[in-house]
Amino acid sequence: MREKIVTKDPGEGIFPHVTAMAAILIILLSGSIFFVVLSGAMPALKKFKLSFIFSTIWDPVLDIYGAAPAIYGTAVSSFLALLIAAPLGVGTAIFLTELAPGWLRKPVSYMVELLAAVPSVVFGLWGLLVLAPWLRKGVGLFLDEKFGFIPLFRGPFLGVGMLTGTLVLTIMILPTVTAISREVMLTVPLDQREGMFALGATRWEVIRKVILPGSKVGIVGALLLGLGRAMGEAMAVTMVIGNTFIISPSLLSPAQTLSSLIVSEFPEAYGMQLSALMLLGLILFAITLAINIIALIMVNRSAARLKAGKELVPVQISMPYGEGALVLVKKKNLSKME
Amino acid sequence: MENSVKIVTEKLNLYYGNFQALKEVNLEVCSGKVTALIGPSGCGKSTFLRSLNRLNDLIDSVRVEGEVRIDGENIYDKSCDVVRLRKKVGMVFQKANPFPKSIYENVAYGPRIHGVRDKKVLDRIVEKSLREAALWEEVKDNLSRSALRLSGGQQQRLCIARVLAVEPEVVLMDEPTSALDPIATQKIEDLIRALKQKFTIVIVTHNMQQAARVSDITAFFLNGEIVEVGNTGLLFTQPVDQRTEDYITGKFG
Amino acid sequence: MLKRKTYRKWNSRIAEAICTVFSFIAVLALVIIVYYVFQRGFQVISWSFFTSLPAPVGQTGGGIGNAIVGSLVMVSLGTLCSVPIGMAAAIYLYENPYSRLALVTRFANKVLTGIPTLIIGLYIYILIVLRIGSYSALAGSISLAVVMLPIITLSAEEMLRLVPESWRDASLALGATRRQTIMRVVLPASAGGLTVGVMLAVATAAGQTAPVLLTALSSRFWLASLGQPSASLPVLIYTYAVSPFTDWQNQAWGAALSLIIFIFILNISAQVFIALRQRR
Repeated sequence: MREKIVTKDPGEGIFPHVTAMAAILIILLSGSIFFVVLSGAMPALKKFKLSFIFSTIWDPVLDIYGAAPAIYGTAVSSFLALLIAAPLGVGTAIFLTELAPGWLRKPVSYMVELLAAVPSVVFGLWGLLVLAPWLRKGVGLFLDEKFGFIPLFRGPFLGVGMLTGTLVLTIMILPTVTAISREVMLTVPLDQREGMFALGATRWEVIRKVILPGSKVGIVGALLLGLGRAMGEAMAVTMVIGNTFIISPSLLSPAQTLSSLIVSEFPEAYGMQLSALMLLGLILFAITLAINIIALIMVNRSAARLKAGKELVPVQISMPYGEGALVLVKKKNLSKME
Repeated sequence: MENSVKIVTEKLNLYYGNFQALKEVNLEVCSGKVTALIGPSGCGKSTFLRSLNRLNDLIDSVRVEGEVRIDGENIYDKSCDVVRLRKKVGMVFQKANPFPKSIYENVAYGPRIHGVRDKKVLDRIVEKSLREAALWEEVKDNLSRSALRLSGGQQQRLCIARVLAVEPEVVLMDEPTSALDPIATQKIEDLIRALKQKFTIVIVTHNMQQAARVSDITAFFLNGEIVEVGNTGLLFTQPVDQRTEDYITGKFG
Repeated sequence: MLKRKTYRKWNSRIAEAICTVFSFIAVLALVIIVYYVFQRGFQVISWSFFTSLPAPVGQTGGGIGNAIVGSLVMVSLGTLCSVPIGMAAAIYLYENPYSRLALVTRFANKVLTGIPTLIIGLYIYILIVLRIGSYSALAGSISLAVVMLPIITLSAEEMLRLVPESWRDASLALGATRRQTIMRVVLPASAGGLTVGVMLAVATAAGQTAPVLLTALSSRFWLASLGQPSASLPVLIYTYAVSPFTDWQNQAWGAALSLIIFIFILNISAQVFIALRQRR
């Protein structure tokens, strides 16, 4: 039931309309992005149709374009990054919620979150000028010499390439995976842990039998959000992946991703090439959107028991205001109990 | 002040979605008197109070049927101006809720939104309201202090001053002392007795002694209905309805 | 029996140790990256580095003054655009939490946060750069505004919700309108939290590279008008880092240091503010 307002306050009449318009603007914005990018991609879509996805040719001279190596690069680099970041991130989250002494939890989780604030281009800079040379002289050389007969490690390694891209991506999605897993684990009811401890379980048994099962859905959501971030990540990858349009089984080989191809060619592109880049963007958009929506649903479902009305939002934004502090205080009692 | 009928509710029904919170409530409230609403929690007395200044409108699922006439005007009529209604019918809440502003700004808030700009006029209103709320002597040297640093009882009296500053005719009080200690409660009750000369007061309380101490008329609510209304002295000594007797003798609730 | 207990204990110890090492690695990653940025960056920065234009291609020296100005201008303009809209939308969500429009808006907002910023760059490129016919600082600002908008809306709604409902009730019961209640009670009461949200959004915008590259491109000159391409710190870091010149690569470290200090100051002060408020 809405009250009817008859009043002298001049702003009141339009106030609800102005705020509603801002809300509508957000809807229009997010709704129109797909169609606007689609409109840009239309010429390429009409020309290449479905073959765009499977073709391995990217030739601005002949004006023929395909996306397969870029899709391959995006998929491989993101999944590999997730494969490394998952144990690291979840392990860190377990450390931060269950193992670390009380005084250490806040500073460490804050440092991990600060990692998320480092701009992507700075990761790229470090990856290109520090990590890549180091990998080339160290691990890469070693792998190539000793295991070069396996296609996975076939050189020559230039420093930049799939391996470097994957490692940089791993570092970049680590804060996402850690912060969200941590929040989800904090929602596991305290009494469940206490019950297990009372039965004489070790810490690890409590983690494995109570904490992890209780936050499984949320952790999978966190991993998916990390995956989404890895796939959408542009700058750092562009700087360290080598930007070579090939599909190679080797980790040491340079490669290309959807976003790195867009970033590296966009400023000089025109005509059909530009349209093809837009089509790459559209594919990227569709993939990340699907992943993000599934992830959000999973994280939210897991967070639903937290508190009615408080939803979990990805990474930085919600973390500083989260319920973390409150729960941490309670958990001091937990370590006393042991 | 003569004791005329100020508020009349007629067949007032109120629903939260499918749940009916008020059933055919008929009540007359006289000016110059304190009317107390008692009853067990969840009986609808607070809901009833909030329907007198249409504060229930804030809840989307609420639906109201029937009439509430204040000075003969149905406040649920389409032409009723909610802002004017709420200026006329002030409300004091269960938990003291001063704004996170200075003492002065809390009291001046009402007049300001109703268009008073003149600093001198505001000063006068603030002083007058704080005096009426018996708080002036305690805070007059610290008007710019944050209201949140007052004690609980002082905060509640500040909230009363804030209501008085918009010069209401009716003051609704929703268990105003339930969070206060006995001394602070005493002060508020003294204040209520002093204020009834000028204002029509409706107070919700689940403390029957309080109702007996401060009110002239008492209405007993049960399950969204008024079971019995009458002169406070009579209602507490010779209740007509068996349920009223059960309640005031502590058999339930 | 005893043996089994020892086994379980050691099993737990090992697993705990692995988790501890993992978090050590995560922190180490931050420390190493920040260390390199500071170590390499400090060798480059000087007063003239911040105030002068890049040297002509082929010459060494020069500075990043125009990139700093470009970034400041675009981030400020982006903030100016996104804050009022984000606040207004948050107020709508606060006032009508369960309306259909609110539910759709919240969903759209979440979708918006998840869209890679590169795609936002493409979007603004088609909408604005192609229309105007030129890369411009204005297009860059708008793309940053789109990046910031969902962050601001999301945090602002959360902040408004933290304001006790009793204050809103008190204000309305005094005869204030909804607008007056929002403007005079709810917004002032949540001002601190709202500022924190904006600071985090600004920090995010300041580090954006792809959307700026696709809309404002870059420039080696001072920003003369909003209709022209503009330099910016992140794009400068990118172009210098991938360039073959050592001098440029060194300057990229200097620019990265400036950017990181700006972003960390915003983040850390936001964190300090929250900590202070929680204590109160």
